[in-house]
Amino acid sequence: MKPRSFDYVRVKSLAEAVIALARHGTEAKIIAGGQSLVPLLNMRMASPAILVDINALAELRGISLEGGSLRIGALVRQAEAEGSVEIAKHAPLIAKALPYIGHFAIRNRGTIGGSIALADPAAELPACLLALGGEVEIEGAKGARTVKADDFFKDLYETALGPGDVLIAIRIPVPSKDMRFGFSELARRHGDFAMAGLAACRDGKSARLAFFGVGSTPLRAKKAEAALAKGSLEEAVAVLDHDLDPPDDIHSSGKVKLHLAKTLLRRIAPELAA
Amino acid sequence: MKIADDLPSALTALDRPNSYIGRSVPRPNLARLMQGRGQYVSDLALARMAHVAFARSPHAHARIKKIDAAAAKKTPGVIAVVTGPELAKVITPWVGVLSHLKGIKSAPQHAIAIDRACWQGEAVCAVVAKSRAEAEDAIDLLDIDYEELPVVTDAETALDAKTLVIHPELGDNLTFERKHEAGEVDKAFKEADAVVEATFVFGRHTGVTNEPRAIVAYWNEGEQRLTVYQGTQAPHMMQNLFAKHLSLAEHQVRVVTKDVGGSFGIKVHTYADEMATVALSKLLKRPVKFVADRLESFITDIHARDHRVKAKIGVKKDGTITAFEIDDLTGIGPYSVYPRTSGIEANQVVNLVGGPYKCPNYRALARVVFQNKNVMCQYRAVGHPIATAVTEGLVELAAAKIGIDPLEMRRKNLIPDDGYPCAGASGIKFEKLSHHAALEKLVKMMGYEKLRAEQAELRKKKIYRGLGFASFIEVTNPSAAFYGVGGAKISAQDGATLRLDAQGALIVHSGVTEQGQGTEAVLAQVAASAFGIAIERVRVVTGDTDNTPYGGGTWASRAAGIGGEAAWQAGKALRQNVLAVAASILQSEPKALDIRNGLVVDADTGRERITLDEVARVAYFRPDTLPPGFQAELVATRHYVPRAWPFAFTNGIQASYLEVDIDTGFVKLLRHWCVEDCGTVINPQLVDEQIRGGIVQGIGAALYEHCIYDERGQLLNGNMADYLVPMAGEMPDMEIGHVVSPTADSELGAKGAGEAGTAGAPAVVMNAINDALRPLGAKIITEMPATPGVVLKALGRV
Amino acid sequence: MSAHDISLTVNGEAVREAVEPRRTLVDFLREDLGLTGSHVGCEHGVCGACTVRVDGAVVRGCLVLAVQCDGARVETIEGVSDSGAIADLQNAFEKRNALQCGYCTPGMLLAAEELLAAGGTPGREKIREHISGNYCRCTGYEAIVDAIEAVVQARGGRK
Repeated sequence: MKPRSFDYVRVKSLAEAVIALARHGTEAKIIAGGQSLVPLLNMRMASPAILVDINALAELRGISLEGGSLRIGALVRQAEAEGSVEIAKHAPLIAKALPYIGHFAIRNRGTIGGSIALADPAAELPACLLALGGEVEIEGAKGARTVKADDFFKDLYETALGPGDVLIAIRIPVPSKDMRFGFSELARRHGDFAMAGLAACRDGKSARLAFFGVGSTPLRAKKAEAALAKGSLEEAVAVLDHDLDPPDDIHSSGKVKLHLAKTLLRRIAPELAA
Repeated sequence: MKIADDLPSALTALDRPNSYIGRSVPRPNLARLMQGRGQYVSDLALARMAHVAFARSPHAHARIKKIDAAAAKKTPGVIAVVTGPELAKVITPWVGVLSHLKGIKSAPQHAIAIDRACWQGEAVCAVVAKSRAEAEDAIDLLDIDYEELPVVTDAETALDAKTLVIHPELGDNLTFERKHEAGEVDKAFKEADAVVEATFVFGRHTGVTNEPRAIVAYWNEGEQRLTVYQGTQAPHMMQNLFAKHLSLAEHQVRVVTKDVGGSFGIKVHTYADEMATVALSKLLKRPVKFVADRLESFITDIHARDHRVKAKIGVKKDGTITAFEIDDLTGIGPYSVYPRTSGIEANQVVNLVGGPYKCPNYRALARVVFQNKNVMCQYRAVGHPIATAVTEGLVELAAAKIGIDPLEMRRKNLIPDDGYPCAGASGIKFEKLSHHAALEKLVKMMGYEKLRAEQAELRKKKIYRGLGFASFIEVTNPSAAFYGVGGAKISAQDGATLRLDAQGALIVHSGVTEQGQGTEAVLAQVAASAFGIAIERVRVVTGDTDNTPYGGGTWASRAAGIGGEAAWQAGKALRQNVLAVAASILQSEPKALDIRNGLVVDADTGRERITLDEVARVAYFRPDTLPPGFQAELVATRHYVPRAWPFAFTNGIQASYLEVDIDTGFVKLLRHWCVEDCGTVINPQLVDEQIRGGIVQGIGAALYEHCIYDERGQLLNGNMADYLVPMAGEMPDMEIGHVVSPTADSELGAKGAGEAGTAGAPAVVMNAINDALRPLGAKIITEMPATPGVVLKALGRV
Repeated sequence: MSAHDISLTVNGEAVREAVEPRRTLVDFLREDLGLTGSHVGCEHGVCGACTVRVDGAVVRGCLVLAVQCDGARVETIEGVSDSGAIADLQNAFEKRNALQCGYCTPGMLLAAEELLAAGGTPGREKIREHISGNYCRCTGYEAIVDAIEAVVQARGGRK
C-alpha cells in the first residue's frame, strides 16, 4: 500500500518545531528516524495531515556527560549509539540492549528518542530507561520539562508526551561502581520484537527490573525487585506471578510469557550478583 | 569457505567433448540480476499504463448490499471504478474441478465478487487510476454496505448438519473425498505387537514470494491482441485461460514472463485479481498493471497445508511395520482453485503416506471441505511435507515404543533397492529408488554413532539435543496423469527449438520457464552437450508464448527432467541437420563428421573440417553454392513427455540435529543433512541449492510459519512482522549428498529435485524435537509450527 | 498535497525532482528515476529488498521518504555495480550461486557490503546475524553466507 497524502515540513529549529506542532495539533506527527512511523503510513494505519521532520535539529544530537547524568540526544541514531564510547562506559545496559533492536539497516536510521517516544511495549530502550531510572527531556508549547521514566510510560503507546511536545533527550544517571546490569530477551528470530525481555540493574541496596513484551508498557516488577534486593532469587521468581499478568498475543499465551519472564530473571540473576 | 566444484561422485556419464552434464556451470543470467538489471513484472512501465487496486472484503462472509462509488470516481487520477457485475460482462467465471478427481465440486468464481464475498480479502470492486496511490485514495472513498453472514471456519465442523452450507447449490461443504484401502488392514493391526496413534496438525502457511504477484495486461484494440506480462510459472496455461474467459482465440493472447521474484507454486494458479486486471485492460483498451502489495498477498496468495491427520501404525516387536491408517481433513477456503483444483494436496497425502515402505496394508480417508478463509492450493512439495511428517513421525514413535533404533526400523521396512520396479500400497508406481543406499550414505556423512554419543554425553549436563530422520519420496516429471487426463489444458509435454544463428551460435527456445532455479543454465548445458558447442555460445529464450514451443512451464519438479530432455533431443536433431549441411559443403558423409567444441570435425580423427559460422554463412547467405535440391535446415524442434511412468518418483532421506532449550521452548538448529536421488544430476550446484532452499522452506513450516485465523475468519498476522518466515540468523548449514538412479524413460535420465528439501524438512525437525525431549517424558509434539509455547506445553512447563 | 522540490545526488548524478511528500525513497528511485534495481517486497521494513544507501549508510528504501532526501547522497545497486565497488562480492555470489530469483540480491549485496566495509574478519555467525534483516525465500541462505565468507577471507580484513 501507499501512504495517504500528507504535507511535510522540515523544521530548522526547535522553536519552529514547537510552533508547527502547536499549529496543527493532533493532525501533526513528528518524524525522526521514521522506522516505526513510515510502516504505519504505508499501511494507511496512520494518516497525519502533516509530518514535522526534526532531523535537521542539531540541538537534538550528541551524547554528553552533564553533571551526574549521561545525556543522549533524541536524534542520536541507534547505530551511532552502538558505537558510542560514552554509552558503553556510562550506560552499559543500553549498550547491551542496542544490538537487539531490529537490524542494522533499521538502527542506521532509527533514533534513541523515537524509540522512547513510540514506547512500543516490546521494545528494548523504553525498558532500559525504566530500569536505569532515567529521565526524559521534553520541549513543548509551555516550555521545557523533565519527566522521570517511572512516570513517562502511561499505557499502550501512550506516554507523558502531549500532541505539541518534542522529546529532546534522555538522561541516564551515571551508575555507581557497584552497579551490575543484565539484559536479555527472547525473540523468535534475530531482530524481532521480544516475546519477553528483561532490562535489569542492581547495586548493593536495591534492584530495578524492567520487563518488556509482557504488558501494555515496559513494567517494573517491584515485588521481585524487593525480593531480589533481599538476596532471594527464588522468591523474586515466585512473586513475578503478582508483578506481571501478561496478556495473550498472536504469538503466545500470557502463561508462556510469564514463564519466559521467570526464565529470564533466573538467567540474568548471575550477571546482577556483585 | 566452500566455493569449489562439488561434483557428486557417481554421475552417469554422457561423455562427449563439451559435455556439461554433471558440471556446476554458473547460470548465464546472474550478472543482470546482481546489478539490479533484472526485468521483473513489477518493474515494467508501459505508455498510458494505468494501475488497479482492489477494495477487498473486510469480512469472511458477507452480502454486498450496495457499492456507492460517486465520491471515489471524483478522486484525482481515477480512470474507472468497476464492480463485479460490470466486469462480468467482459470475463466469464470459472469452476476449479478436474474429472479424474472423482466427485470433486466447486462453485463458479468471478474475477470480482458479484453479490457476496466468501473470504476476508476477496475483491469486491476495482479502482483503476493513474497511480497505485491514487487508486488507493479512491478506495478509501468507496462506500460499501455489507451484510455480514455466518461463517464456516472450523474444518472439523464444516460437514455437520447444522453448519451453514457456503454454496447451497452444492448441497454440502464437501469439496472432495477419497477413500483408499489396500491389503488386510484390520488383520494387520490385530497382528501388530504395538499400535501407535497420533493426531498431526499442520499449520496453514503461504509462499511469501519476495516479489509479490505482478501482472501488466495490454489489450491492443487495433491488433485485437492481448499481451500479458506476468510473473507466472505456466505461460501457456495462462494463455489458454485468458483466451477462454475473455472469449478470445489463443493466438490473440501472448503471455510474456521475464524475471520472476520467486514462485514456489504460488504463481501457477488463476487469481481473481489477475483475471480482473486482464479484463480491465480489455474494457479500458489500455495497459493496466496490478502488483499485489504484501498485505493483500497474505490474504489472496494461495495458502497451503492446514491439514489435520489422525494416523495409526502397527508394528511387530522386530520392527516390521504391519499397517498404516490415516484420516486426513483439510479446509481449503470457499472455492477450489482453478484450474488445478484444491483437491490435489489431500490426494497427494493419500498417495504418499507409507510410500517408502514395503508395508502393503494401508487404509486412508481424505476429506476436503469448504470454509470462509483464503483459498488453499498447490504450494511447493504439495502434500509431501504432510505425508512425510505423518509417515516418519509414526515410524519414529513406533521405533521408540518398541525400543529399536529409528534407522534400524527403516532398514527393516524400506523397499529394498533391488526390489524395483514395484508399486506402493496406495497404488503409486516406482521405477527405481534407492532408499537403503541413501540411508547408508547419510549415516556416513553425518557420523551417526558419534552424534548419538555426543547426545548422550550432553544429556548428562542437561543439554537436550535431538536427532530426527525422514525417508521420503517425491513426485517429479509428471505425465498427463497429473492434470491433462482430468481435462485441464495444462501441458505435460514440453518442447525445445534449437537454431544455429548466422555466426554459428546456438539459440534455444524452450517451453519451460526460469523462476530462479536455474532452468536456463540447465537448458544451455543440455543443448551445448547434445550439439557439441561451448556453453558461452548458447543463448536461451523462455517465457514467451509467441516465441517458445508449447509447454507446461515450471511445476512439480518438471523443468529439467522434461524440458531438459526436449532440449537434449532437439540438440541431437540439430546436430544431424548441421552435419548434413557440412557434409554437403565438404562433399563428405554426415556420419563421417561430428561437432566438437563448436567445430565440425572428422568423426574418427577429430581433425577440424569447417567452423560452424562457416556452415551458417553458406547456409544462410550462399545457399546457391549448395547442391541443387538440398535444403539446409538449421532449426530443429523436439518435444518430450514421460510415457512409461505416470510420475518419475525420486527418493531421499534427511536428518536434523538440534538443541531444545527446555526452559524457553526455543529450538536451535545445529545441522541438517539430505541425501537424495534425482537420477542424473545435470548441474550439481543447482540441485544442491534447490535442496537447501527447499529445506529452509520446510523448516519454516516446522518452526515458524503460520497463517493464524480467528473464529470469525480474520487473518490475524497477515504481515511480515507477524508472519514469521525463516531468516538467515536461525538457519543451519546443510550438507547434501546424492545417490544416482537415472530414469530409463528419458535419455538424460534426469528426474526432478525442486521439492525434495521441502518434503522432508518438517518431519525431521519434528522428529528431532521429540527425540530431544524423550528422556524428559514430554508429551509427543505432532503440531506445526512447534512454537516455544507448543514445546513448553509438551514439557508440562506451562 | 503540493509537491516539494528536492535536489540530491543519486549514484553520483545530480537529480532535481518534484515529489509528493508521501513518495517513499524506493518508489521515487524506481518510478521517477527508473532505477528498478531496488525492489519493493513488503513496504513495512521487514524484507530488506528495498535496501539502498543514504549518505553512506544502508537503510530501508521503503522507510525513508524521498522528500527527506533533499541534499542527500543516495547510492543504489546500479551505482555500486557500475563503479565496480562490489565486483568481488558479485563474483562470489555468481560462483557460489548465492541467488536464485534474484529479487533479494541487490539488497543482500548492499547489506553484505556494509559488513565487509567495516573491516575485520567476521565469521559465519556474525555474517548470518548481519544479513538477518534481508529475506531470501530461494536459497536457504547458506550459499549467501558462503559467498560473503569467501569475500571476507579474500579481502583479509581490509576496510
